[in-house]
Amino acid sequence: MSEHSTYTPGNAVEKWLDDRLPIIRFSKEHLMDFPTPKNLNYWWTFGAILVMCLGVQIVTGIILAMHYTPNVGLAFDSVEHIRRDVNGGRIIQAVHAVGASMFFVALYIHMFRGLFYGSYKAPREIIWILGVLIFILTVATAFMGYILPWGQMSFWGATVISNIFSAIPVVGENIKQLVLGGFAVGNPTLNRFFSLHYLLPFVIAAIVGLHIWALHVPGNNNPIGVEVKESRDTVAFHPYYTMKDLFAMVVFLIPFAWFVFFAPDILGHPDNYIMANSQVTPAHIVPEWYLLPFYTILRAIDFNVLFIDSKLGGVIAMGGALVMLLVVPWLDTSKVRSGTFRPMFKWFYALFVINFIGLTYLGAQPAEGIYTVLAKVCTAYYFIYFLVVLPVLSRIETPKPLPTSISESVLGKAHA
Amino acid sequence: MATQAEHSSTNRRDFLYVATGAVGAVGAAAVVWPLINQLNPDASTLALASIEFDISAIPEGQSVTITWRGLPVFVRHRTAAEIEEAKAVPLAELKDPQTDEERTKEGHEQWLVMIANCTHLGCIPVGESGDFDGWFCPCHGSHYDTAGRIRRGPAPKNLVVPPYEFVSDTLIQIG
Repeated sequence: MSEHSTYTPGNAVEKWLDDRLPIIRFSKEHLMDFPTPKNLNYWWTFGAILVMCLGVQIVTGIILAMHYTPNVGLAFDSVEHIRRDVNGGRIIQAVHAVGASMFFVALYIHMFRGLFYGSYKAPREIIWILGVLIFILTVATAFMGYILPWGQMSFWGATVISNIFSAIPVVGENIKQLVLGGFAVGNPTLNRFFSLHYLLPFVIAAIVGLHIWALHVPGNNNPIGVEVKESRDTVAFHPYYTMKDLFAMVVFLIPFAWFVFFAPDILGHPDNYIMANSQVTPAHIVPEWYLLPFYTILRAIDFNVLFIDSKLGGVIAMGGALVMLLVVPWLDTSKVRSGTFRPMFKWFYALFVINFIGLTYLGAQPAEGIYTVLAKVCTAYYFIYFLVVLPVLSRIETPKPLPTSISESVLGKAHA
Repeated sequence: MATQAEHSSTNRRDFLYVATGAVGAVGAAAVVWPLINQLNPDASTLALASIEFDISAIPEGQSVTITWRGLPVFVRHRTAAEIEEAKAVPLAELKDPQTDEERTKEGHEQWLVMIANCTHLGCIPVGESGDFDGWFCPCHGSHYDTAGRIRRGPAPKNLVVPPYEFVSDTLIQIG
């Protein structure tokens, strides 16, 4: 929306710069004057919170890499060295580890916000797709980061996940060896995961740039899902939303700091304080909490489907659960964006959120008894929601009448 | 003459264009391949391909776990009851049908040598447990019988028997 530029260079130097590299103009247009719907609620602050999270992970990560050693004999001790000997290392390491969890808290809220308010609908499909790519890359980065401390959960998590590749027919075993650099998880694996764990955040940052670029073409969606119609529907990004985002960041940092200072290990697993041992599997392997929903889907498929065996079936289901998100804009064809005005959608959405929490819970439970049954039910609803509920609702649901504009909805509420 | 040919037909140009592109693609692939191939197991990893192991110290009804190519390997000295149980299973009941004889060496039926990674996602199953008196994988709940064959759960295959042979009655060579 660069046509909204109000920038006029203030002096000769700015004028000179503006003719050569209009960086001040660009910043003013996109960081300050950018017209933003005036009715955004706090669910909309998580984009900025995520940028902060990525920044925190990159800064603390670069520092940790200065003290960490990616070698199977030394990695475990070097993490302890960071926590005990390095100046302030105890806090910096905790911020990085807790930061991964907080990153996913914000990421899930951000995605669920998009799913409720229909932020993926035209003309914002590319924003959504880039967001899904960021999510998948973040999952990969977090997974590889969890390997680096080289504890028991690191090692066995890596073993379980790398075995996913061996489910691929014919070439699976070769691909697995290519990924691991050996017949089992070992030193070559640790080295390459460290290298990639350092690289991927910068790839994510680049895609975040595209994500925001794509956002700044149509501008923000908003809680009523009615497009901006006139300039009084919007306020300038700065100071209105810079301050709101900043306030939300501060609130978000309170639980973040609590974890860092008082319970830095509570989100991890005690088994990861035992050094990796290729001869002993922990009795109960669990991934980090933020991967549990997809882990549940992976192991829910414990039966053969036609010629697809259970193992490949689980891998297809887990991969499908992620890849399916890419086509959500074309599964939900309802013209109404915001769930607020969709009486039936609301309930299925609420059930989807509860179901997703259920998938998270089940991933941490042993794969036996009632849990395997529930895992199948929850996995089924996850897919039904996207593949059946969204397309069908688009056809049969009668949405409530929409406000004619953002201003009307805001003022109407104030006078009601 | 040459000018006329160039104008009347673009065949030669098209050919050069496609040929250059093809050679360029082959060249790019040739450069990319070593960059990918470096990820494959290196010479030092491959060098650990064969080991010998003395089984005389394992009493009946016990097993040990040894390391081969970085992988854990079960060597189990089975009891007569376990062998009996494994042989009594009809092949039709098996997800990955294999007889007990196919999983052991003739004359050494009491010895079961298997890679100790669950064929599902690679965890190490727990011995002498599960619903079939063999192994139980705690990660995703796969049950194996006394011949290491998959009986229930998500694992698709029986526990893998590595290539091995008896050098003597008490010495095996794996790999």
